[in-house]
Amino acid sequence: MKRKLPWILLAASLVVMVAGLLFGEYRTVLEKAVTVCLDCIGIG
Amino acid sequence: MATKAKAFAPRKPRDRRHWYQAVFALGLNAWIPSWFKGEIFQGGVKGLCVPALNCYSCPSAMGACPIGAMQTFFAGLRFNLSIAEKKFGLYVAGSMAAVGSAVGRMPCGWVCPFGYIQELFYKIPSPKLKIPHLMTYFRYVVLVTMVVALPLLIVDQFGYGQTWFCKWICPAGTLEAGIPLILIKADLRPLVGFMYYWKLGLLALFVGWFVFSQRPFCRTVCPLGAFWGLFNRVSLFRMAVDDEKCTLCDKCYKDCPVEIKIYEKANSPDCVRCLRCVSSCKFGAISYEFLGKKEVSPDLRVKKPA
Repeated sequence: MKRKLPWILLAASLVVMVAGLLFGEYRTVLEKAVTVCLDCIGIG
Repeated sequence: MATKAKAFAPRKPRDRRHWYQAVFALGLNAWIPSWFKGEIFQGGVKGLCVPALNCYSCPSAMGACPIGAMQTFFAGLRFNLSIAEKKFGLYVAGSMAAVGSAVGRMPCGWVCPFGYIQELFYKIPSPKLKIPHLMTYFRYVVLVTMVVALPLLIVDQFGYGQTWFCKWICPAGTLEAGIPLILIKADLRPLVGFMYYWKLGLLALFVGWFVFSQRPFCRTVCPLGAFWGLFNRVSLFRMAVDDEKCTLCDKCYKDCPVEIKIYEKANSPDCVRCLRCVSSCKFGAISYEFLGKKEVSPDLRVKKPA
């Protein structure tokens, strides 16, 4: 493999992402995403 | 004779990217029934971070905006509060970095609905203005301050931070969520005040700028583009310029939607990898490489020797 860095970065990113999923962060994002974000729309 | 003339006529670059942009814009905001119900989509898939700056409060948005989600984690991350969540946003950061590691800033050029909107406005005939390169560094300031530092450091009386970028700047949120929700949800209208008009004014300024300059928000403000741009040099997807074939004719520069000279820096953090330069270079000097496969312009690839 000529260029290893992109693969290392990709693998590290996926590990970080899976760690976040294991900590229950998907649910946190989902809870935020299904609620109207008053800050986003300018009335927060 | 007529056939010969047609064969040697200069070819227009094949750019079907706008079809992809339109499909992604609709796909990321596909839950149309929400518009008629006066609410936002609340399906279980909405926790997925989309590879674009697409506000999750847009009524039909199918996924989560990674920049909004990241700020939410930073705003709630407090070690001195027992009730605060000790979550670092690893899922969001990891998914953003995974996209960056694979293709760099490519989603800006192909997926992001807000980038597409800017390109559509730029088609309006008007005098066109270049953006000074120095202004493009401002997006890093936005990323570091509005997305990371301020949500982490400035807290309210309850010890929580704010989503500073969403609240004070994001014109995508105003366009995709602010205006539609105020129109379809009557109960939100009494809450309209200074902040709403501030964001509306900022959106109006940006929309005016979209007409005169190419992708000004992406180039000078967007924190997501700033983040992915950092991966351009190290991603699996790579741009390459063959110095021996390049004649410095600047055709690629004239066609580039972010006004970069790719022959000076093939994997510039400003490049949104729309690949317009690949198809516009008639010398086949510009190519891209992904997973060991190298491609030049589709037009040149099929060209038979005379």
